Amino acid sequence: MNPHQPHIEIKKEITGGDFSTAGGISSELKNILQQAGLPPQFIRRVVIATYEAEMNVVIHAYRGTFSTSIYPDHVQVVLEDEGPGIPDVDLAFQEGFSTAPAHIREMGFGAGYGLSNMKKCSNQIDIQTQVGKGTKVMMTFWLDPSQVKSSVSV
Amino acid sequence: MKVSDIVKPLEAEVLCEGDLNNSEITGGYCSDLLSDCIANASEGSVWVTIHSHPNIIAVAVLVGMPCIVISNFQEVDPQTIEKAKKEKVTLLRTSLTSYQAVEVLTKIGIHGTKKHA
Ligand SMILES: Nc1ncnc2c1ncn2[C@@H]1O[C@H](COP(=O)(O)OP(=O)(O)OP(=O)(O)O)[C@@H](O)[C@H]1O
Ligand SMILES: [Mg+2]
Repeated sequence: MNPHQPHIEIKKEITGGDFSTAGGISSELKNILQQAGLPPQFIRRVVIATYEAEMNVVIHAYRGTFSTSIYPDHVQVVLEDEGPGIPDVDLAFQEGFSTAPAHIREMGFGAGYGLSNMKKCSNQIDIQTQVGKGTKVMMTFWLDPSQVKSSVSV
Repeated sequence: MKVSDIVKPLEAEVLCEGDLNNSEITGGYCSDLLSDCIANASEGSVWVTIHSHPNIIAVAVLVGMPCIVISNFQEVDPQTIEKAKKEKVTLLRTSLTSYQAVEVLTKIGIHGTKKHA
């Protein structure tokens, strides 16, 4: 078993504003991680962060792609979207900050906790964003967090 | 306590059975903010909310909550019921308010829980 070679790689499309299938990627990922026999607490971290990232594309962007690589000792999740981008990433990470419009808030989104949930659940999160172009979110989850190679950077 | 044990006290309508007779409830959470529920609700909880759109099922599955109680007899999107069936989440609807539903659940011994990070 080569630890540097991903065992499973998945790629999916996400459509902005499509709430009927929203969350589907995260639940599919949950099934795959369960089948891989990973510990429930670890799965929960990965799936929560992925759900928040997925919903951010659905809510805030126009379209995007999700991809994940599952290694024996860690999982990598990348979401890249075409969308408005994030003008102030530090501000976006603050709990309670949200630009979600009223019709989105009516559904219970827009608490402004998504990014902070993603930060708490992942071992590393990197965000590259360009206003008017889009956003790329990269998250790494280590099975054994003592293996974290670099600290959280935003 | 089994999910089936809370139906009568809540005077609830069963919109989707899920695993009514087998799922255990080990706590409760009440919130109408999905991200808050995702961050803080613990597995095995019953979730009391005013929301009734399909996204609540995804949240229940993510957290591992076997049962959702929709309060205030909100109208429920048929898609929500479909999704609940698919994911085997018990979906209950009561005319009680969220606060009243929590009161009832507390009385029968289901107390609030918060996930430890
Ligand atoms: N992919 C994205 N594209 C553009 N803007 C984004 C994206 N992700 C987040 N944002 C911006 O960052 C803000 C904070 O995001 P966060 O996920 O923390 O909260 P939210 O999505 O508004 O609400 P919640 O996640 O609690 O439902 C958003 O309101 C939005 O302005
Ligand atoms: Mg969000």
